[in-house]
Amino acid sequence: MADDLPKADDLLNKIDHNNSPPTSWMDTPVNIRKGMYCYASSPKSVKYLGLPNARPWNPLDDDWKLPDNWKEIVFEGLKERLDKFRSFKVFMDICVRCGACADKCHFFIGTGDPKNMPVLRAELLRSVYRNDFTKAGNLLGKIAGARPMTLDVLKEWWYYFFQCTECRRCSVFCPYGIDTAEITIMAREILNLLGLNIDWIATPVANCYRTGNHLGIQPHAFKDMLDFFVEDIEEITGVNCEPQYNKKGADILFITPSGDVFADPGTYTAMGYLLLFQYLKEKYGFDVTWSTYGSEGGNFGFFTSHETMKRLNSKMYAEAKRLGVKWILGGECGHMWRVINQYMDTMNGPADFLEEPVSPITGTRFENAKSTKMVHIAEFTADLIKHNKLELDPVRNDNVIATFHDSCNPARGMGMLDEPRFVLQNVCNNFHEMPPGTIREQTFCCGSGSGLNAGENMELRMAGGLPRANAVKYVHEKYGVNMLTCVCAIDRAVFPPLMEYWVPEVDVSGLHELVGNALIMQGEKKRTTDLRFEPLPGMEDEIDE
Amino acid sequence: MALAELIEQKKKAIINKWYEHVVATYPSDTARFLKKENDQFANPVGTTTMHSLDAVFEGLLNGADIETLSSDLDPVIRIRAVQDFTPSKAVSFIFLLKNVVRECLAKEISKHKNKKEIEKELDVFYTKVDGLCLIGFDIYMKCREQLLSFQANHIKDRTYRLLKKADLLSEVPEVGAENISPNV
Amino acid sequence: MNVNYMLSFIIVLALCLLSYLGGEAPGLRYLFGIAIPYLAIVIFIFGFISRVMGWARSAVPFRIPTTCGQQKSLPWIKPNRIDNPFSKSAVILRMILEIVCFRSLFRNTRMAFKNTKTGMRIAYDWEIFLWVAALAFHYTFLVVLLRHLRFFFDPVPFCIQILEFFDGFLKIEFLSNVIQVGLPGIYISGVILLAAVTFLFLRRIFSPKVRYISLPADFFPLFLIMGIAITGIMMRYFTKVDIVGIKEFTMGLVSFSPALPEGVGGLFYVHIFLVSVLLAYFPSSKLMHLGGIFLSPTRNMTADTRATRHVNPWNHPVKVHTYEQYEDEFREKMIEAGLPVEKKE
Repeated sequence: MADDLPKADDLLNKIDHNNSPPTSWMDTPVNIRKGMYCYASSPKSVKYLGLPNARPWNPLDDDWKLPDNWKEIVFEGLKERLDKFRSFKVFMDICVRCGACADKCHFFIGTGDPKNMPVLRAELLRSVYRNDFTKAGNLLGKIAGARPMTLDVLKEWWYYFFQCTECRRCSVFCPYGIDTAEITIMAREILNLLGLNIDWIATPVANCYRTGNHLGIQPHAFKDMLDFFVEDIEEITGVNCEPQYNKKGADILFITPSGDVFADPGTYTAMGYLLLFQYLKEKYGFDVTWSTYGSEGGNFGFFTSHETMKRLNSKMYAEAKRLGVKWILGGECGHMWRVINQYMDTMNGPADFLEEPVSPITGTRFENAKSTKMVHIAEFTADLIKHNKLELDPVRNDNVIATFHDSCNPARGMGMLDEPRFVLQNVCNNFHEMPPGTIREQTFCCGSGSGLNAGENMELRMAGGLPRANAVKYVHEKYGVNMLTCVCAIDRAVFPPLMEYWVPEVDVSGLHELVGNALIMQGEKKRTTDLRFEPLPGMEDEIDE
Repeated sequence: MALAELIEQKKKAIINKWYEHVVATYPSDTARFLKKENDQFANPVGTTTMHSLDAVFEGLLNGADIETLSSDLDPVIRIRAVQDFTPSKAVSFIFLLKNVVRECLAKEISKHKNKKEIEKELDVFYTKVDGLCLIGFDIYMKCREQLLSFQANHIKDRTYRLLKKADLLSEVPEVGAENISPNV
Repeated sequence: MNVNYMLSFIIVLALCLLSYLGGEAPGLRYLFGIAIPYLAIVIFIFGFISRVMGWARSAVPFRIPTTCGQQKSLPWIKPNRIDNPFSKSAVILRMILEIVCFRSLFRNTRMAFKNTKTGMRIAYDWEIFLWVAALAFHYTFLVVLLRHLRFFFDPVPFCIQILEFFDGFLKIEFLSNVIQVGLPGIYISGVILLAAVTFLFLRRIFSPKVRYISLPADFFPLFLIMGIAITGIMMRYFTKVDIVGIKEFTMGLVSFSPALPEGVGGLFYVHIFLVSVLLAYFPSSKLMHLGGIFLSPTRNMTADTRATRHVNPWNHPVKVHTYEQYEDEFREKMIEAGLPVEKKE
C-alpha cells in the first residue's frame, strides 16, 4: 500500500494544471478568475457620464463587445497620453528592470501571482508601447521586449490594472521614481476609451456626478442621515449638535467622503466631526457648513480618468464659491487627499475667491495650503490640541489599544504622517506602532483602494490586504492592540472584513471617532458609552442599572 | 514508539521538505521568493506557512487534540483559501506529509531492526494525516463561507443605516424585549 | 537554458568575432577603426539629445512627487526636508542624493524579523548587495571613462592624472612582483567594474524574480560592457598594446584627421567596436535612464502643491454638473427637508 503513495503526486498534479511553471510572462495567457475581478461597468452609468462604448458586457465572455477600431483607439490613446504626460513617457522608457520593486507590492506578496510584481504590471503596457512607438521594438519584436496589441493583451491589461490600488509603494523603492500608480492611471484611461471600466467605479462616479456623492444619496437623505447622528449623539452625550447645511456666508465649508455618512464604522467618525464642530461653535463661535451638493470628498473619477476626476472635483471649488466661504476643511479620506493635494488647484483653480486658510480659533496660518485653500482636518485638530483649545479626556478611550494605519495616499501623495499620530496620542492613552517597513511612507495598502472595494473580488481584497493584516496581527499579539485607526473612508469600509478574516479581535475606527469620545462637551451629561453605544471603561455596570 | 524516535531525529528535515512541497504549489518564480525571503512582514505567506506547518507537525507528534490542530492549521489554509487554488489543491499539501515522512525515513526504516512495528506505527500516523486533511477541509470551507458572507453583507453594510433611517427596514421586535429591558 | 541571455551572449560574441576579423583584415580596418566610431558618436549624440528632447516635449500637467517623509505643515511638526521637499533647493538635494547615492535603491535595506531557534528576533537584514553593486558599477564605469580621457587630451589634464594616481594607488602590488615583472600597476576601477557587472549578470540569472522579469535587452548591455572591460584589461595587462600608437590614433580622431594605428592587433578593434556598439545602442535602450532620472516627475518636483499652484499647459475644460442643474433636479426635496435653495419655485 505504501508503495502506491508516490502516485499521489501525480494525482494531485492532475487535479490542477494551473500552476505549471509559466514559460515566460508574455506567453502566459491571462486567466480571469472569479473572486479576483470586479463586475463590468453598467451601461447606464457609463452613458450618464457620456463616456464611450456603453453596453452590457461580461469579462468572462470571449466577446467584450469592443468597437471595430479598438486597436486604433488604444494606439491613439497611448499616443495622446505620451504627449500629455511626461511621467508616462519617461516611465515607459527608463525602467532597467532591476527588480527593486518586485516584492514591494501587497498584491504580489498576498497572491503570489508574478504578474503582480510592479515591474511586470508596467511591462504589460510597456511591451505594447515598445512595439508601437519605438523602432527597436518594432524591428526586433520579442527580443526587444515588444509585442503587438491583441485581445488577449487587452484582457490582461484589464485584469491586472484593476489589481493595482495605485498605492505608490513601489515608487518609493524605485531608483528612478517610476510610479506604477501613474502607469495604472494611464492604462485605466485607455481601457475607459473602450468602455472597459468596473462597475464599482463607474456607478459611484455617475452617482457622484448627479447627486454629489458616490452612493447617490439625495440631498434630503443626506441631511436625514446627519440628523440621525445628531439624535444618537444627544442620547450619548446629552448635547444637541446643530450642523448647518448649504449655508451661505459660513466661514468654512466642510467636505468629507460620503462613506463617513453611511457606512459603519465611518459613521462614528462623522459623529466625531459633529461633536468637534459643535464644541468649537459653542466655545469659539466656529461657523462651518456641510454641503449636499459637495457631499463627497472622495473621487472615484480619479480611478477612471483625469478628465472624470476633474469633473467630479470641480464641485468643491464651485460650492465654496457659491456659498462664499473663506476656505475649505476636508475630512478623513485617502485618495481624496491625493486629489486635493496634488491635482485640485491645478485642475480647477486658482481658488482666488477664497482666503488663505487661517484657523479662526488659534490664528494659525496654514501656509502649506495657502494656494489650494483646503486644510486636512487632522492638521486642523492637531493645531487645536497643540494650542490647548480642546478639553480632552483620553481615559474614555482606555478600552482602546490603538495602532495607526497610514493610508497610502496621505502617506505617499502628501506626507501627512505625524499630524494624525499627534491627535491620536492626545485622545488615546494606548498607542503602539506597527513595525517599521509597514508604516509611514512604507505603509502597506488595505488591498482595496482605487475603487477595488467591491464585494465580488473578496479574494483579491483578502489576499492584497494580507501584508497589512499581518503587521496588525503582530502588534495585536505583542501589545494587545484591538483598534486599527486610520484616516481614510475606504480603509474604514474595507478593514472590518479584512480584520475579521485575518485578525478577528481587532476593530476599526477613524481618528475623529476617538476625538469625539475624548472631547469634553460643554453641558454634557455623564457619558457611559462611547459613540458606538458600547460601555466606556469602568461604566459597564452603570449601563445595566 | 520507534517511529516517534526516528521522526524526532529527522524532524527539521521533514518539515523543511514538507514546506518545499507546499511552496512548489505556487508559480516557480513566486516559490523561490517564498523560500528565500524570511522577513515576516515582507513575506507573510512564506513565514506564516512555515510556522503553521511547524506547529501542526509538532501537534501530530504530540497527539494534540482536534482543536489545537485546527488552530495550528488555520493560518496556512486561510491564506490558500484566497489564493489561486482549487479546493483540492488548497488542502492537498496535507496528504503530501505522508510521502515526505516516508521519503525522509526510507533509509532508517529499511535498516531498522523492528521494521514490522514501524510499518504499523506508520499506518497509524497516516490515519492521523488523513484526519488532519479532513480538518483542513473544514477550515477551508469555513474560510470560503466567511468570504461569501462578506460578499453578501457588502451592500447591506454600506446602506444599512440609510435603509433603517428611511424606514425601509422593519425588523422583527425582540419577543419579550420590554421585560428584560434594563430601564424597566 | 535561458533564451534571453543566450541570445544576447551570442550576439555580443558575434560582434566580437566580426570586429576581430575586421581588425585583422587590412581592407576593413578603416571601417572598424574610423567610420564606425564616428558614426556611433554621431548616433549617440543625436540620439541622446533627441530622446531627452522627446521627454522634455511632453507636458508636465500635474505635480506628483512621491512623498517619502513628513510634509511641511504646522510649524512645530518637523518636516522631512529631503524626502518631502518643499523648496527647489530641497528638490535639488533630493535629486543629488538620488543620483549620487541611489537613495531609493538604498531603501531596500531594511530591518527584518528573523525566525531563529530562540524565537523571533529583530535583525538588520541588509539587502544591500544590489545597491553596493550598482554603486560600484556606476562609479567605476565613470572612473574608467574619465581615465580614458587621457587618450583624447595632449597634454593629459592634471585632474585626470590625479584620478589615475588614486586609481592606481590602489594597485595590487604583489601581482606585479609575482606574476609578471613590469606589469603596469593595476587600476582597481577596471577590476571592480568587471566584478560588479558580473554580479549584476549573475543576479539576473539566479534571483528568480529578477530572472523572470529580465529581457534580452537587459543582458545585452551587460555582455557588451563585460566585453569592453575584458578586452581593455587584456590589452593593458596581457597583450601590452602600443599605447603611444593608440594615443596618436585617438588624437587623430578628435582632431578630425584620423589615421589608422600601426600594429595594435585585432583586440583593439574589438574594444573600440564594442564601445561603438554601446554608444549607438545607448539612446534607444534602457540605458537612457542616465538622462531620464533627471526628468522623473515623482522625484524632481517640489511637494508644495497646496502652497504654490502648478499650471497644467493643456488644462482642457470639462463638462460639469453645476449646482443649478443639481438644484433643479432636487429642489422640491430640498425645500421639503428645509435645506436652503437659490430659487424658491
